[in-house]
Amino acid sequence: MSELIEEVLIKNGLLFAFLCVGLLMWVCFWLAKHLLGNRIPGVALAIVAGLGLAFLGGKRGLADVPLFGGLALLGGSMLRDFAVVATAMGADLDKIRSAGLAGTVALFVGVLLSFVLGVAVAFTLGYTDPVSLTTIGAGACTYIVGPVTGGALGASSEVIAISIAAGVVKTIVTTVATPLVARSIGLNNPHSAAVFGGLIGTTSGVAAGLAATDTRLVPYGALTATFYTGLGCLLCPSVLFLLVVWVV
Amino acid sequence: MTIYGVALLAFCFLVGKITGTLLGVAMGIDGDVGGVGFAMLLLVVGNTYLKRHGGLSTATAGGILFWSAMYIPIIVAMAAVQNVRAALTGGWVALLAGVVATVGGFLLVPALSRIGRSPAEVPNHE
Repeated sequence: MSELIEEVLIKNGLLFAFLCVGLLMWVCFWLAKHLLGNRIPGVALAIVAGLGLAFLGGKRGLADVPLFGGLALLGGSMLRDFAVVATAMGADLDKIRSAGLAGTVALFVGVLLSFVLGVAVAFTLGYTDPVSLTTIGAGACTYIVGPVTGGALGASSEVIAISIAAGVVKTIVTTVATPLVARSIGLNNPHSAAVFGGLIGTTSGVAAGLAATDTRLVPYGALTATFYTGLGCLLCPSVLFLLVVWVV
Repeated sequence: MTIYGVALLAFCFLVGKITGTLLGVAMGIDGDVGGVGFAMLLLVVGNTYLKRHGGLSTATAGGILFWSAMYIPIIVAMAAVQNVRAALTGGWVALLAGVVATVGGFLLVPALSRIGRSPAEVPNHE
């Protein structure tokens, strides 16, 4: 009987993956709200839980367990890139104007700064090949830019996992630290919130951090942050990768 | 119709990926150079253009918005299928890269906030 059920679940792997991820996210969002008081966003918690569950498997993470094979399809590069492109629907070119010059400059500086710092850290700690350096640098932008860049350039799963983790760390640090440093970096008006969103870029971290600081600032920070991942996906696997190749 | 939105999204995605792959070949790199970025750019420009000309119907937009809403769950699934055991040795890289990039961003907020402050353009709640 249980074998029969398992067979149905394996045959319908993608759909079972929808169910598993849905349940996992429900649990994580519940924990984030009730246990952590939203101090850490449910999204970050869910991704950490995903990375944690990958330990149950091997090279392909949880997908090495036949029952969870469908996760490899759901979390594979095709659907991932498709969904990432779809998020551009929320980015309205007319809106970037309201972010102003400062917001736009902050976006470019933010992507460049995170990337360079990420590459520098990876280089210092012993990574030397351009593909790994670029992927980890991209991960320092956001946990989306990292895997998209790594996938495009053919980085190893291990390096991609590091890039996701770097992006998640950024989200968590942003969420926790923003309310603490807000006063000293002058984060108390829509203008600096737009700059902040552009510089940091992790939409979930920016939104959660600003919400903990002053909820009125959330839309301004989110406005610039929405463009950040797209810009990162455009620049990291192209211009910035070539720059790394040239430097190394 | 919903499928129009999904088809439009697929069109943008494929054009971006093909552009990225061709660009990679042209530059002698085995990979896709900025394909997802080109696809996003195409969708943003297309969407902005359509908005000025009446916009997409709710159902059509729904076909794109569904996939947009699915991206976090997909990222969670992706996290669960990575080679994390091998990545554990690189845990410090992830931690340091994430922290340093965030702190760097924080430090630049005051400097960049000085650019183009115009109270008329940006409502000020100070």
